[in-house]
Amino acid sequence: MITFKDVSKTFTIGKREVHAVRNVNLTIEEGEIFGIIGFSGAGKSTLLRLVNVLENPTAGAVEVQGVDLASLRPNEVRKVRRRIGMIFQNFNLLTSRTVAGNVAYPLKLAKMPRAKIKERVEELLRFVGLSDKAKDFPEQLSGGQKQRVGIARALATSPDILICDEATSALDPDTTGEILRLLKKVNKEFGITILLITHEMHVIQSICDKVAVMEDGEVIESGGVFDTFTSPVHQTTKRFIRSVQQDLPSPSLLDEWRQKGGKQLYRIIFKGEVASDPVLSRVTRKHDIDVNIVYGSVQEIQAKFYGNLLVSFDGDEGKTVSAVKELEEIVQIEEVDVAWA
Amino acid sequence: MGVDWQTFWPRIVEATGQTILMVAVTLVIGSIFGIIIGLLLFVTRKGNILENAFLYQIINFLINIIRPIPFIIFLVAISPLTREVIGTTIGTWAAIFPMSIAAAFSIARVVENNFISIDPGVIEAAKAMGASPLQIIYTILIPEALGPLVLGLTFITISLIDFSAMAGTVGGGGLGHVAMTYGYQRFDTSVMIVTVVILIVLVQLAQWVGNTLSRKILRR
Repeated sequence: MITFKDVSKTFTIGKREVHAVRNVNLTIEEGEIFGIIGFSGAGKSTLLRLVNVLENPTAGAVEVQGVDLASLRPNEVRKVRRRIGMIFQNFNLLTSRTVAGNVAYPLKLAKMPRAKIKERVEELLRFVGLSDKAKDFPEQLSGGQKQRVGIARALATSPDILICDEATSALDPDTTGEILRLLKKVNKEFGITILLITHEMHVIQSICDKVAVMEDGEVIESGGVFDTFTSPVHQTTKRFIRSVQQDLPSPSLLDEWRQKGGKQLYRIIFKGEVASDPVLSRVTRKHDIDVNIVYGSVQEIQAKFYGNLLVSFDGDEGKTVSAVKELEEIVQIEEVDVAWA
Repeated sequence: MGVDWQTFWPRIVEATGQTILMVAVTLVIGSIFGIIIGLLLFVTRKGNILENAFLYQIINFLINIIRPIPFIIFLVAISPLTREVIGTTIGTWAAIFPMSIAAAFSIARVVENNFISIDPGVIEAAKAMGASPLQIIYTILIPEALGPLVLGLTFITISLIDFSAMAGTVGGGGLGHVAMTYGYQRFDTSVMIVTVVILIVLVQLAQWVGNTLSRKILRR
Protein backbone atom coordinates (compact mmCIF):
# COMPACT_ATOMS: atom_id res chain seq x y z
CA MET A 1 0.00 0.00 0.00
CA ILE A 2 2.84 2.38 0.88
CA THR A 3 6.34 1.63 -0.36
CA PHE A 4 9.52 3.53 0.33
CA LYS A 5 12.25 2.64 -2.16
CA ASP A 6 15.73 3.85 -1.26
CA VAL A 7 14.24 7.12 -0.08
CA SER A 8 16.47 9.95 1.08
CA LYS A 9 15.61 13.51 1.98
CA THR A 10 18.22 16.18 2.49
CA PHE A 11 17.48 19.70 3.64
CA THR A 12 19.90 22.52 3.02
CA ILE A 13 19.86 24.98 5.87
CA GLY A 14 22.18 27.81 5.00
CA LYS A 15 25.34 26.04 3.93
CA ARG A 16 24.72 22.99 6.08
CA GLU A 17 23.17 19.84 4.70
CA VAL A 18 20.84 17.92 6.98
CA HIS A 19 20.17 14.31 6.00
CA ALA A 20 16.75 13.88 7.54
CA VAL A 21 16.02 10.56 5.85
CA ARG A 22 18.65 8.17 4.47
CA ASN A 23 18.11 5.22 2.14
CA VAL A 24 14.87 4.07 3.69
CA ASN A 25 13.23 0.91 2.34
CA LEU A 26 9.91 0.03 3.92
CA THR A 27 6.64 -1.53 2.86
CA ILE A 28 3.41 -0.90 4.67
CA GLU A 29 0.74 -3.45 3.82
CA GLU A 30 -2.96 -2.74 3.48
CA GLY A 31 -4.91 -2.92 6.73
CA GLU A 32 -1.84 -2.72 8.97
CA ILE A 33 -1.11 -0.41 11.83
CA PHE A 34 2.52 0.41 11.22
CA GLY A 35 4.48 2.37 13.80
CA ILE A 36 7.71 4.24 13.31
CA ILE A 37 9.54 4.98 16.52
CA GLY A 38 12.56 7.16 17.08
CA PHE A 39 13.92 9.87 19.31
CA SER A 40 13.25 13.45 18.22
CA GLY A 41 15.33 14.40 15.21
CA ALA A 42 15.47 10.82 13.94
CA GLY A 43 13.71 11.84 10.72
CA LYS A 44 10.41 10.11 11.32
CA SER A 45 8.35 13.27 10.90
CA THR A 46 9.96 13.96 7.52
CA LEU A 47 9.42 10.36 6.47
CA LEU A 48 5.72 10.65 7.33
CA ARG A 49 5.36 13.83 5.28
CA LEU A 50 6.73 12.10 2.20
CA VAL A 51 3.60 9.94 2.16
CA ASN A 52 1.21 12.82 1.48
CA VAL A 53 3.72 14.90 -0.47
CA LEU A 54 4.10 17.61 2.14
CA GLU A 55 7.77 16.88 1.45
CA ASN A 56 9.38 15.49 -1.68
CA PRO A 57 12.23 12.98 -1.54
CA THR A 58 15.68 14.07 -2.68
CA ALA A 59 16.36 10.54 -3.92
CA GLY A 60 14.38 7.34 -4.27
CA ALA A 61 10.66 6.91 -4.69
CA VAL A 62 7.58 6.77 -2.50
CA GLU A 63 4.68 4.77 -3.89
CA VAL A 64 1.15 4.92 -2.51
CA GLN A 65 -1.29 2.34 -3.85
CA GLY A 66 1.13 1.59 -6.65
CA VAL A 67 1.48 5.21 -7.80
CA ASP A 68 4.85 6.94 -7.71
CA LEU A 69 4.07 10.23 -5.98
CA ALA A 70 6.82 12.09 -7.89
CA SER A 71 4.94 11.52 -11.14
CA LEU A 72 1.87 13.47 -10.00
CA ARG A 73 0.88 16.99 -11.05
CA PRO A 74 -0.21 19.44 -8.31
CA ASN A 75 -3.94 18.83 -8.79
CA GLU A 76 -3.36 15.06 -8.74
CA VAL A 77 -1.36 15.45 -5.54
CA ARG A 78 -4.36 17.19 -3.96
CA LYS A 79 -6.58 14.28 -4.99
CA VAL A 80 -4.16 11.76 -3.48
CA ARG A 81 -4.12 13.77 -0.25
CA ARG A 82 -7.88 13.28 0.06
CA ARG A 83 -7.22 9.54 0.15
CA ILE A 84 -4.80 10.05 3.03
CA GLY A 85 -6.09 11.46 6.30
CA MET A 86 -3.62 13.10 8.66
CA ILE A 87 -3.72 13.90 12.37
CA PHE A 88 -1.24 15.96 14.31
CA GLN A 89 0.38 16.26 17.71
CA ASN A 90 -1.06 19.77 18.15
CA PHE A 91 -4.36 18.87 16.47
CA ASN A 92 -4.15 21.85 14.07
CA LEU A 93 -7.85 22.62 14.24
CA LEU A 94 -9.17 25.76 12.58
CA THR A 95 -9.90 28.20 15.39
CA SER A 96 -12.35 30.20 13.28
CA ARG A 97 -14.62 27.20 12.79
CA THR A 98 -16.79 25.11 15.09
CA VAL A 99 -16.22 21.41 15.68
CA ALA A 100 -18.74 20.63 12.92
CA GLY A 101 -17.10 23.27 10.72
CA ASN A 102 -13.72 21.64 11.15
CA VAL A 103 -15.04 18.22 10.22
CA ALA A 104 -16.92 19.71 7.26
CA TYR A 105 -13.84 21.55 5.98
CA PRO A 106 -12.25 18.74 3.91
CA LEU A 107 -15.68 17.89 2.49
CA LYS A 108 -16.14 21.48 1.37
CA LEU A 109 -12.73 21.33 -0.29
CA ALA A 110 -13.90 18.18 -2.05
CA LYS A 111 -17.04 20.09 -3.15
CA MET A 112 -19.53 17.72 -1.56
CA PRO A 113 -23.15 18.99 -1.64
CA ARG A 114 -24.21 20.84 1.51
CA ALA A 115 -26.91 18.40 2.61
CA LYS A 116 -24.56 15.46 2.26
CA ILE A 117 -21.88 17.28 4.25
CA LYS A 118 -24.29 17.77 7.13
CA GLU A 119 -25.18 14.09 7.17
CA ARG A 120 -21.55 12.97 6.97
CA VAL A 121 -20.45 15.35 9.73
CA GLU A 122 -23.16 14.03 12.07
CA GLU A 123 -22.11 10.48 11.30
CA LEU A 124 -18.43 11.22 11.97
CA LEU A 125 -19.09 13.08 15.21
CA ARG A 126 -21.19 10.17 16.38
CA PHE A 127 -18.32 7.82 15.56
CA VAL A 128 -15.83 9.80 17.66
CA GLY A 129 -18.42 10.43 20.40
CA LEU A 130 -18.65 14.21 20.07
CA SER A 131 -22.19 14.72 18.74
CA ASP A 132 -22.99 17.06 21.61
CA LYS A 133 -20.00 19.30 20.86
CA ALA A 134 -20.85 20.05 17.21
CA LYS A 135 -21.42 23.75 17.82
CA ASP A 136 -18.49 24.28 20.18
CA PHE A 137 -15.30 25.99 19.14
CA PRO A 138 -11.95 24.19 19.48
CA GLU A 139 -10.81 26.31 22.44
CA GLN A 140 -13.74 24.95 24.48
CA LEU A 141 -12.49 21.36 24.13
CA SER A 142 -10.00 19.26 26.09
CA GLY A 143 -6.91 17.83 24.37
CA GLY A 144 -8.48 14.42 23.91
CA GLN A 145 -11.64 15.94 22.46
CA LYS A 146 -9.57 18.06 20.09
CA GLN A 147 -7.79 14.98 18.82
CA ARG A 148 -11.17 13.27 18.34
CA VAL A 149 -12.20 16.19 16.16
CA GLY A 150 -8.87 15.81 14.33
CA ILE A 151 -9.62 12.14 13.73
CA ALA A 152 -13.18 12.84 12.56
CA ARG A 153 -11.83 15.50 10.21
CA ALA A 154 -9.15 13.16 8.86
CA LEU A 155 -11.75 10.45 8.21
CA ALA A 156 -14.23 12.79 6.54
CA THR A 157 -13.24 12.03 2.96
CA SER A 158 -13.21 8.25 3.69
CA PRO A 159 -9.47 7.85 3.18
CA ASP A 160 -7.69 4.53 2.69
CA ILE A 161 -4.74 5.60 4.80
CA LEU A 162 -4.47 7.54 8.04
CA ILE A 163 -1.11 9.03 8.98
CA CYS A 164 -0.56 10.13 12.56
CA ASP A 165 2.15 12.61 13.52
CA GLU A 166 2.78 12.00 17.24
CA ALA A 167 -0.98 11.97 17.72
CA THR A 168 -0.87 11.22 21.44
CA SER A 169 2.31 13.01 22.48
CA ALA A 170 0.46 16.05 23.80
CA LEU A 171 -2.04 14.01 25.80
CA ASP A 172 -2.07 12.58 29.33
CA PRO A 173 -1.83 8.79 29.76
CA ASP A 174 -5.60 8.21 30.18
CA THR A 175 -6.49 10.26 27.12
CA THR A 176 -3.67 8.61 25.18
CA GLY A 177 -5.29 5.24 25.85
CA GLU A 178 -8.65 6.60 24.71
CA ILE A 179 -7.23 7.93 21.44
CA LEU A 180 -5.27 4.73 20.80
CA ARG A 181 -8.43 2.68 21.25
CA LEU A 182 -10.20 4.97 18.81
CA LEU A 183 -7.41 4.52 16.26
CA LYS A 184 -7.66 0.76 16.66
CA LYS A 185 -11.40 1.04 16.06
CA VAL A 186 -10.77 3.10 12.91
CA ASN A 187 -8.43 0.38 11.67
CA LYS A 188 -10.80 -2.48 12.49
CA GLU A 189 -14.13 -0.97 11.43
CA PHE A 190 -13.07 0.77 8.25
CA GLY A 191 -10.01 -1.30 7.33
CA ILE A 192 -7.97 1.91 7.14
CA THR A 193 -4.22 1.41 6.99
CA ILE A 194 -2.54 3.46 9.72
CA LEU A 195 1.00 4.75 9.62
CA LEU A 196 2.01 6.47 12.83
CA ILE A 197 5.14 7.98 14.24
CA THR A 198 5.87 8.24 17.92
CA HIS A 199 8.64 8.36 20.48
CA GLU A 200 6.60 6.38 23.00
CA MET A 201 7.13 2.63 22.99
CA HIS A 202 3.81 1.91 24.68
CA VAL A 203 1.99 3.36 21.65
CA ILE A 204 3.73 0.79 19.47
CA GLN A 205 3.12 -1.91 22.06
CA SER A 206 -0.58 -1.23 22.44
CA ILE A 207 -1.80 -0.86 18.86
CA CYS A 208 0.84 -1.57 16.20
CA ASP A 209 1.24 -4.71 14.12
CA LYS A 210 4.61 -3.75 12.72
CA VAL A 211 7.29 -1.37 13.82
CA ALA A 212 10.31 0.34 12.32
CA VAL A 213 12.95 1.95 14.51
CA MET A 214 14.60 5.07 13.15
CA GLU A 215 17.85 6.69 14.13
CA ASP A 216 19.79 9.40 12.30
CA GLY A 217 17.45 9.22 9.32
CA GLU A 218 17.88 5.49 8.88
CA VAL A 219 15.59 2.59 9.62
CA ILE A 220 17.81 0.46 11.85
CA GLU A 221 15.37 -2.31 12.60
CA SER A 222 11.92 -3.30 11.47
CA GLY A 223 9.53 -6.19 11.72
CA GLY A 224 6.54 -7.52 13.62
CA VAL A 225 5.97 -5.84 16.97
CA PHE A 226 6.07 -9.08 18.99
CA ASP A 227 9.31 -10.27 17.41
CA THR A 228 10.97 -6.89 17.68
CA PHE A 229 9.91 -6.62 21.29
CA THR A 230 11.00 -10.06 22.30
CA SER A 231 14.24 -10.22 20.35
CA PRO A 232 15.50 -6.72 19.65
CA VAL A 233 18.80 -6.46 17.81
CA HIS A 234 19.83 -2.84 17.86
CA GLN A 235 20.91 -0.97 20.98
CA THR A 236 18.40 1.85 20.36
CA THR A 237 15.57 -0.64 20.02
CA LYS A 238 16.57 -2.14 23.35
CA ARG A 239 16.50 1.30 24.91
CA PHE A 240 12.97 1.90 23.69
CA ILE A 241 11.83 -1.46 24.95
CA ARG A 242 13.42 -0.85 28.32
CA SER A 243 11.28 2.31 28.57
CA VAL A 244 8.12 0.20 28.84
CA GLN A 245 9.50 -2.91 30.43
CA GLN A 246 11.39 -3.58 33.61
CA ASP A 247 14.23 -5.87 32.68
CA LEU A 248 17.01 -4.86 35.03
CA PRO A 249 16.89 -3.23 38.45
CA SER A 250 18.92 -0.09 39.12
CA PRO A 251 22.70 -0.51 39.70
CA SER A 252 22.37 0.43 43.38
CA LEU A 253 19.76 -2.26 43.93
CA LEU A 254 21.92 -4.83 42.15
CA ASP A 255 24.90 -3.80 44.21
CA GLU A 256 22.94 -4.32 47.39
CA TRP A 257 21.86 -7.71 46.09
CA ARG A 258 25.47 -8.72 45.50
CA GLN A 259 26.72 -7.39 48.85
CA LYS A 260 24.06 -9.28 50.71
CA GLY A 261 25.43 -12.44 49.16
CA GLY A 262 22.75 -12.79 46.55
CA LYS A 263 22.95 -15.82 44.32
CA GLN A 264 23.58 -16.00 40.61
CA LEU A 265 20.77 -14.27 38.70
CA TYR A 266 19.15 -15.77 35.64
CA ARG A 267 16.99 -14.02 33.08
CA ILE A 268 14.05 -16.08 31.92
CA ILE A 269 12.07 -15.01 28.89
CA PHE A 270 8.65 -16.47 28.20
CA LYS A 271 6.97 -15.96 24.87
CA GLY A 272 3.43 -16.67 23.80
CA GLU A 273 1.80 -19.84 25.09
CA VAL A 274 4.65 -20.83 27.40
CA ALA A 275 3.65 -17.95 29.63
CA SER A 276 0.42 -19.68 30.60
CA ASP A 277 2.22 -22.90 31.56
CA PRO A 278 3.55 -23.08 35.16
CA VAL A 279 7.02 -24.07 33.88
CA LEU A 280 9.08 -22.58 36.68
CA SER A 281 7.12 -24.14 39.44
CA ARG A 282 7.01 -27.54 37.74
CA VAL A 283 10.75 -27.72 36.98
CA THR A 284 11.96 -26.46 40.33
CA ARG A 285 9.71 -28.86 42.19
CA LYS A 286 11.01 -31.71 40.10
CA HIS A 287 14.64 -30.86 40.90
CA ASP A 288 13.84 -30.06 44.52
CA ILE A 289 15.07 -26.46 44.54
CA ASP A 290 13.34 -23.14 45.25
CA VAL A 291 12.94 -20.30 42.81
CA ASN A 292 13.03 -16.69 43.88
CA ILE A 293 11.64 -14.09 41.46
CA VAL A 294 13.77 -11.01 42.01
CA TYR A 295 12.55 -8.66 39.34
CA GLY A 296 10.64 -8.50 36.07
CA SER A 297 7.35 -8.18 34.30
CA VAL A 298 4.81 -10.06 32.23
CA GLN A 299 3.17 -8.06 29.45
CA GLU A 300 0.70 -8.38 26.67
CA ILE A 301 2.05 -7.60 23.22
CA GLN A 302 -0.15 -8.08 20.17
CA ALA A 303 -2.49 -10.25 22.25
CA LYS A 304 0.34 -12.55 23.35
CA PHE A 305 2.05 -12.95 26.70
CA TYR A 306 5.61 -11.90 27.06
CA GLY A 307 7.42 -12.44 30.35
CA ASN A 308 10.86 -11.21 31.28
CA LEU A 309 11.92 -12.28 34.77
CA LEU A 310 15.09 -12.16 36.85
CA VAL A 311 15.26 -15.16 39.18
CA SER A 312 17.68 -16.92 41.47
CA PHE A 313 17.60 -20.52 42.64
CA ASP A 314 17.97 -21.76 46.19
CA GLY A 315 19.27 -25.25 46.75
CA ASP A 316 21.92 -27.75 45.79
CA GLU A 317 24.26 -26.48 43.06
CA GLY A 318 24.17 -29.61 41.00
CA LYS A 319 20.40 -29.67 41.09
CA THR A 320 20.32 -26.03 40.03
CA VAL A 321 22.48 -26.79 36.99
CA SER A 322 20.22 -29.60 35.86
CA ALA A 323 17.11 -27.49 36.47
CA VAL A 324 18.55 -24.67 34.33
CA LYS A 325 19.37 -27.23 31.64
CA GLU A 326 15.80 -28.45 31.60
CA LEU A 327 14.43 -24.92 31.52
CA GLU A 328 16.65 -24.11 28.55
CA GLU A 329 14.61 -26.53 26.50
CA ILE A 330 11.34 -24.77 27.23
CA VAL A 331 12.14 -21.06 27.65
CA GLN A 332 14.94 -18.65 26.99
CA ILE A 333 17.23 -18.56 30.04
CA GLU A 334 20.60 -16.94 30.52
CA GLU A 335 22.93 -16.10 33.37
CA VAL A 336 22.99 -12.42 34.27
CA ASP A 337 26.35 -11.01 35.17
CA VAL A 338 25.50 -8.72 38.08
CA ALA A 339 29.00 -7.34 38.37
CA TRP A 340 28.78 -6.13 34.78
CA ALA A 341 25.34 -4.68 35.21
CA MET B 1 -12.27 87.84 18.13
CA GLY B 2 -15.64 86.17 18.37
CA VAL B 3 -16.93 83.54 16.05
CA ASP B 4 -20.19 83.68 14.20
CA TRP B 5 -21.46 80.16 15.09
CA GLN B 6 -24.45 80.66 12.85
CA THR B 7 -22.26 80.52 9.77
CA PHE B 8 -19.63 78.40 11.41
CA TRP B 9 -21.63 75.30 12.32
CA PRO B 10 -22.46 74.35 8.72
CA ARG B 11 -18.76 74.63 7.98
CA ILE B 12 -17.92 72.27 10.85
CA VAL B 13 -20.57 69.82 9.70
CA GLU B 14 -19.21 69.95 6.15
CA ALA B 15 -15.64 69.48 7.38
CA THR B 16 -16.66 66.50 9.54
CA GLY B 17 -18.32 64.99 6.48
CA GLN B 18 -15.14 65.52 4.47
CA THR B 19 -13.01 63.90 7.14
CA ILE B 20 -15.29 60.90 7.37
CA LEU B 21 -15.37 60.64 3.56
CA MET B 22 -11.58 60.80 3.31
CA VAL B 23 -11.06 58.22 6.03
CA ALA B 24 -13.78 55.86 4.83
CA VAL B 25 -12.82 55.90 1.16
CA THR B 26 -9.14 55.58 2.00
CA LEU B 27 -9.89 52.71 4.33
CA VAL B 28 -11.80 50.85 1.65
CA ILE B 29 -9.25 51.43 -1.13
CA GLY B 30 -6.29 51.01 1.21
CA SER B 31 -7.71 47.78 2.61
CA ILE B 32 -8.34 46.26 -0.80
CA PHE B 33 -4.82 46.97 -2.00
CA GLY B 34 -3.26 46.47 1.40
CA ILE B 35 -4.75 43.02 1.83
CA ILE B 36 -3.67 42.03 -1.67
CA ILE B 37 -0.12 43.32 -1.14
CA GLY B 38 0.10 41.82 2.36
CA LEU B 39 -1.17 38.50 1.07
CA LEU B 40 1.38 38.51 -1.76
CA LEU B 41 4.08 39.36 0.71
CA PHE B 42 3.07 36.49 3.00
CA VAL B 43 2.58 33.75 0.42
CA THR B 44 5.85 34.55 -1.37
CA ARG B 45 7.84 34.36 1.87
CA LYS B 46 10.50 31.71 2.16
CA GLY B 47 8.99 28.28 2.73
CA ASN B 48 5.46 29.46 2.08
CA ILE B 49 2.75 28.22 -0.23
CA LEU B 50 3.85 30.31 -3.24
CA GLU B 51 7.46 31.01 -2.31
CA ASN B 52 9.04 33.57 -4.63
CA ALA B 53 12.11 35.35 -3.32
CA PHE B 54 12.19 37.92 -6.13
CA LEU B 55 8.61 39.11 -5.69
CA TYR B 56 8.95 39.08 -1.92
CA GLN B 57 12.07 41.27 -1.99
CA ILE B 58 10.46 43.81 -4.32
CA ILE B 59 7.30 44.18 -2.27
CA ASN B 60 9.22 44.23 0.98
CA PHE B 61 11.54 46.92 -0.38
CA LEU B 62 8.62 49.06 -1.59
CA ILE B 63 6.92 48.90 1.80
CA ASN B 64 10.14 49.80 3.55
CA ILE B 65 10.62 52.81 1.29
CA ILE B 66 7.14 54.24 1.60
CA ARG B 67 6.36 53.58 5.25
CA PRO B 68 9.07 55.68 6.92
CA ILE B 69 8.38 58.83 4.86
CA PRO B 70 6.48 61.34 7.02
CA PHE B 71 3.02 61.60 5.50
CA ILE B 72 3.11 65.36 5.03
CA ILE B 73 6.23 64.98 2.89
CA PHE B 74 4.89 61.99 1.01
CA LEU B 75 1.75 63.98 0.25
CA VAL B 76 3.76 66.75 -1.41
CA ALA B 77 6.30 64.40 -3.00
CA ILE B 78 3.80 62.43 -5.01
CA SER B 79 1.66 65.42 -6.01
CA PRO B 80 2.73 65.15 -9.69
CA LEU B 81 1.38 61.62 -9.70
CA THR B 82 -1.75 62.80 -7.92
CA ARG B 83 -2.30 65.38 -10.66
CA GLU B 84 -1.90 62.66 -13.33
CA VAL B 85 -4.40 60.34 -11.70
CA ILE B 86 -6.98 62.62 -10.08
CA GLY B 87 -6.56 65.65 -12.34
CA THR B 88 -5.87 68.08 -9.49
CA THR B 89 -3.77 68.29 -6.34
CA ILE B 90 -6.36 70.23 -4.37
CA GLY B 91 -9.48 68.98 -2.63
CA THR B 92 -10.80 65.95 -0.84
CA TRP B 93 -10.23 63.43 -3.63
CA ALA B 94 -6.72 64.74 -4.22
CA ALA B 95 -6.05 63.95 -0.57
CA ILE B 96 -7.61 60.48 -0.77
CA PHE B 97 -5.10 59.39 -3.43
CA PRO B 98 -1.88 59.75 -1.40
CA MET B 99 -3.70 58.65 1.75
CA SER B 100 -4.76 55.43 0.04
CA ILE B 101 -1.23 54.66 -1.10
CA ALA B 102 0.27 55.27 2.32
CA ALA B 103 -2.55 53.29 3.96
CA ALA B 104 -2.23 50.37 1.55
CA PHE B 105 1.41 49.85 2.42
CA SER B 106 0.80 50.18 6.15
CA ILE B 107 -2.12 47.77 5.94
CA ALA B 108 0.03 45.37 3.89
CA ARG B 109 2.48 45.13 6.78
CA VAL B 110 -0.31 44.65 9.32
CA VAL B 111 -1.87 41.95 7.14
CA GLU B 112 1.47 40.17 6.72
CA ASN B 113 2.09 40.22 10.48
CA ASN B 114 -1.35 38.81 11.19
CA PHE B 115 -0.85 36.01 8.69
CA ILE B 116 2.55 35.18 10.14
CA SER B 117 0.96 34.72 13.54
CA ILE B 118 -1.34 31.98 12.19
CA ASP B 119 -0.14 28.57 13.37
CA PRO B 120 1.77 27.05 10.40
CA GLY B 121 0.40 23.69 11.51
CA VAL B 122 -3.10 24.79 10.53
CA ILE B 123 -1.87 25.70 7.05
CA GLU B 124 -0.10 22.34 6.83
CA ALA B 125 -3.31 20.58 7.89
CA ALA B 126 -5.24 22.36 5.14
CA LYS B 127 -2.60 21.31 2.61
CA ALA B 128 -2.79 17.74 3.85
CA MET B 129 -6.56 17.83 3.30
CA GLY B 130 -6.00 18.75 -0.34
CA ALA B 131 -6.51 22.52 -0.25
CA SER B 132 -5.05 24.48 -3.18
CA PRO B 133 -3.01 27.64 -2.50
CA LEU B 134 -6.02 29.78 -3.42
CA GLN B 135 -8.30 27.74 -1.13
CA ILE B 136 -5.75 28.13 1.67
CA ILE B 137 -5.88 31.89 1.21
CA TYR B 138 -9.63 32.31 1.43
CA THR B 139 -10.57 29.42 3.71
CA ILE B 140 -7.67 29.54 6.16
CA LEU B 141 -5.56 32.68 6.06
CA ILE B 142 -8.33 35.26 5.94
CA PRO B 143 -10.82 33.65 8.37
CA GLU B 144 -8.09 32.65 10.84
CA ALA B 145 -6.50 36.14 10.80
CA LEU B 146 -9.74 38.13 10.67
CA GLY B 147 -9.98 39.00 14.37
CA PRO B 148 -6.52 40.56 14.73
CA LEU B 149 -6.89 41.98 11.23
CA VAL B 150 -9.92 44.01 12.31
CA LEU B 151 -7.92 45.38 15.24
CA GLY B 152 -5.06 46.23 12.91
CA LEU B 153 -7.42 48.04 10.55
CA THR B 154 -8.88 49.94 13.50
CA PHE B 155 -5.40 51.09 14.38
CA ILE B 156 -4.87 52.19 10.76
CA THR B 157 -8.23 54.01 10.72
CA ILE B 158 -7.16 56.10 13.64
CA SER B 159 -3.91 57.06 11.98
CA LEU B 160 -5.95 57.88 8.87
CA ILE B 161 -7.88 60.46 10.89
CA ASP B 162 -4.47 61.89 11.69
CA PHE B 163 -3.44 61.76 8.00
CA SER B 164 -6.65 63.50 6.99
CA ALA B 165 -5.81 66.42 9.23
CA MET B 166 -2.50 66.80 7.42
CA ALA B 167 -4.23 66.46 4.08
CA GLY B 168 -6.25 69.46 5.15
CA THR B 169 -3.16 71.61 4.92
CA VAL B 170 -2.87 70.98 1.18
CA GLY B 171 -6.48 71.84 0.54
CA GLY B 172 -7.99 68.50 1.28
CA GLY B 173 -10.59 70.08 3.50
CA GLY B 174 -11.86 68.32 6.58
CA LEU B 175 -11.58 69.03 10.26
CA GLY B 176 -7.81 69.38 10.14
CA HIS B 177 -8.16 72.22 7.70
CA VAL B 178 -10.75 73.97 9.87
CA ALA B 179 -8.62 73.54 12.97
CA MET B 180 -5.55 74.92 11.21
CA THR B 181 -7.06 77.90 9.44
CA TYR B 182 -9.67 79.04 11.94
CA GLY B 183 -8.24 77.71 15.14
CA TYR B 184 -4.49 78.02 14.73
CA GLN B 185 -3.95 80.77 12.19
CA ARG B 186 -6.77 82.97 13.49
CA PHE B 187 -6.05 82.19 17.15
CA ASP B 188 -9.59 81.07 17.82
CA THR B 189 -9.33 78.64 20.66
CA SER B 190 -13.03 77.78 20.76
CA VAL B 191 -12.97 76.56 17.14
CA MET B 192 -9.89 74.52 17.87
CA ILE B 193 -11.55 72.95 20.88
CA VAL B 194 -14.69 72.08 18.93
CA THR B 195 -12.74 70.41 16.12
CA VAL B 196 -10.49 68.55 18.54
CA VAL B 197 -13.52 67.29 20.44
CA ILE B 198 -15.10 66.06 17.21
CA LEU B 199 -11.83 64.33 16.25
CA ILE B 200 -11.68 62.64 19.65
CA VAL B 201 -15.26 61.45 19.30
CA LEU B 202 -14.47 60.06 15.84
CA VAL B 203 -11.43 58.19 17.16
CA GLN B 204 -13.41 56.76 20.08
CA LEU B 205 -16.15 55.67 17.76
CA ALA B 206 -13.72 53.95 15.38
CA GLN B 207 -12.01 52.16 18.25
CA TRP B 208 -15.32 51.03 19.70
CA VAL B 209 -16.52 49.65 16.38
CA GLY B 210 -13.20 47.86 15.86
CA ASN B 211 -13.13 46.38 19.34
CA THR B 212 -16.72 45.20 19.14
CA LEU B 213 -16.23 43.59 15.75
CA SER B 214 -13.00 41.84 16.66
CA ARG B 215 -14.45 40.61 19.94
CA LYS B 216 -17.30 39.09 18.01
CA ILE B 217 -14.91 37.38 15.60
CA LEU B 218 -12.43 36.24 18.23
CA ARG B 219 -15.18 35.24 20.68
CA ARG B 220 -13.34 36.96 23.53
